[in-house]
Amino acid sequence: MTDTAITSPGVSWISRLKDSRVGPVSFMILVIMVIWYAGAVYLNAPRVIEQFERSKVQWTASHLMDKTWSMERPILPAPHQVVVELNETIFQKKITSKRSLVFHAWITTSSTLLGFTMGSILGILLAAGIVHVRTLDRSLMPWIIASQTIPILAIAPMIVVVLGNLGLTGVIPKAIISMYLCFFPVAIGMVKGLRSPDPLQMDLMRTYSASTSQIFWKLRWPSSVPFLFASLKVAVAISLVGAIVGELPTGAVAGLGARLLAGSYYGQTVQIWSALVGASVLGMALVFSIGLIEKVTLKAMGAKS
Amino acid sequence: MSNPDPAASASVKKVVDARKLSLVFGEGESAVHALNDVDLAIEDGEFVSFIGPSGCGKTTLMRVIADLEKPTGGEIMVHGGTPEQARIDRAYGYVFQAPALYPWRTVRRNALLPLELMGMDKALREERVAKYLRLVGLEGFEKKFPWQLSGGMQQRVSIARALGFEPDLLLMDEPFGALDEITRDHLNEQLIHLWQETGKTVIFVTHSIPEAVFLSTKIVVMSPRPGRINKIINCSPPPDRTLDWRETNDFLEVAHEVREALRAGHSYDDQGA
Repeated sequence: MTDTAITSPGVSWISRLKDSRVGPVSFMILVIMVIWYAGAVYLNAPRVIEQFERSKVQWTASHLMDKTWSMERPILPAPHQVVVELNETIFQKKITSKRSLVFHAWITTSSTLLGFTMGSILGILLAAGIVHVRTLDRSLMPWIIASQTIPILAIAPMIVVVLGNLGLTGVIPKAIISMYLCFFPVAIGMVKGLRSPDPLQMDLMRTYSASTSQIFWKLRWPSSVPFLFASLKVAVAISLVGAIVGELPTGAVAGLGARLLAGSYYGQTVQIWSALVGASVLGMALVFSIGLIEKVTLKAMGAKS
Repeated sequence: MSNPDPAASASVKKVVDARKLSLVFGEGESAVHALNDVDLAIEDGEFVSFIGPSGCGKTTLMRVIADLEKPTGGEIMVHGGTPEQARIDRAYGYVFQAPALYPWRTVRRNALLPLELMGMDKALREERVAKYLRLVGLEGFEKKFPWQLSGGMQQRVSIARALGFEPDLLLMDEPFGALDEITRDHLNEQLIHLWQETGKTVIFVTHSIPEAVFLSTKIVVMSPRPGRINKIINCSPPPDRTLDWRETNDFLEVAHEVREALRAGHSYDDQGA
């Protein structure tokens, strides 16, 4: 993409911006910012105007904007307020502090990763079973699909209560909720992936009278790797959702979910928004890491680069 | 593979022995007679071509020999036993229409695949792969991935892969069908050398008359609906032939005979049906 821009020095920076991803991405950020600031004015204005009128002050439009963008508990905080809060809770606090967003993010990440690992393994095992055993193909698939029609918000408290009774608390229930969500895309993707070898490749294995496990490890598994990574990217994002949802009914004191909950108890909208931003950045980082591993793996497997 | 079964010893010299072989796909109205009453004997060291139009059952016959399809009638013996036994004994190497290389394996590791599956000693299998990649002229390409090679080179890898475990019987299903004529001619010459050097029995499916005549010691002409053998033509091409041999009268006579046999089987009528 950018190769041409680098090799030909005559090309102006405008076309270079057009070729790269920097241009479109920063344009979208600009649009979002404008909408966000405008939204903050629109949503927070009634309360600000009420205040103005109560204290009988003359106010102008710029006055109003100033006020709506600097409220302590706005309905919609302005972006810079979120940035200030993020700076305070990420860089100005020790990461072991309960007030540090890094600390909370780590708590959530640990249950996300545990749930993601368990869910991926479960998904792969289910897919391997479905591909090899006809009965499982017929009997398991409807249950797997049904499992995802149950709203996670409804089942999460049940899982927490039941596991709590069995003496499992802390990271385990959250990881299990995470796993419950993320095994699904892995199972679906891997069923397709493990069935992706074409008939010729399968016939070839048959002419070598290869065993089922040889066919699995030498053919099915490597063929499914691109499908696996596509599923893992979806799975890691929803395991994060699972972990956050899992923190809500546990009355957790730590984690991004706890942060969201505490924020809404006390009307700390700035805190909620900064936790939301934290969660989405974390989600992107997780998906990006999987993407990176994918790139390296597929390259080692001879993909055209 | 040595087979101590005394009943099989009578036909042990025959690599393939089919009698009244038939194969029907489907049932009733929609049944397709892919093979009908096929009698065929192939002896050790022969180069046999199956030729005929699409749908004449030549690939099906080959797949029955390889135990990739089960016949619905008649008998077939491969190396004096059932095709299944021959497959389990890994008595044949199969080269498909497409190279069927595994894209995540390099050329070397593709050729290694069957040897790995057979649990061959590591040093031995590296030696074998090096030997056969050299034989098909791919020395120096070991570390390339399939997509980095041309179609002809990919097909040569698949031939090296089939030769690696040194089966006595080589089954080749239109291996050069997807290649351009220049590459095909070149590979035909190489294949003749290979056959003479190794002394294997080769069964070769093609729909090219010049290819069949150039390569074979026995040409099996087949025709469709139902798939059957029309004529078996024995020929004795000069062992040291080059592509120039195709311009001689000997060659043209055999080619003419094949064409007549195809015409007799109505192979040129309503091709689209």
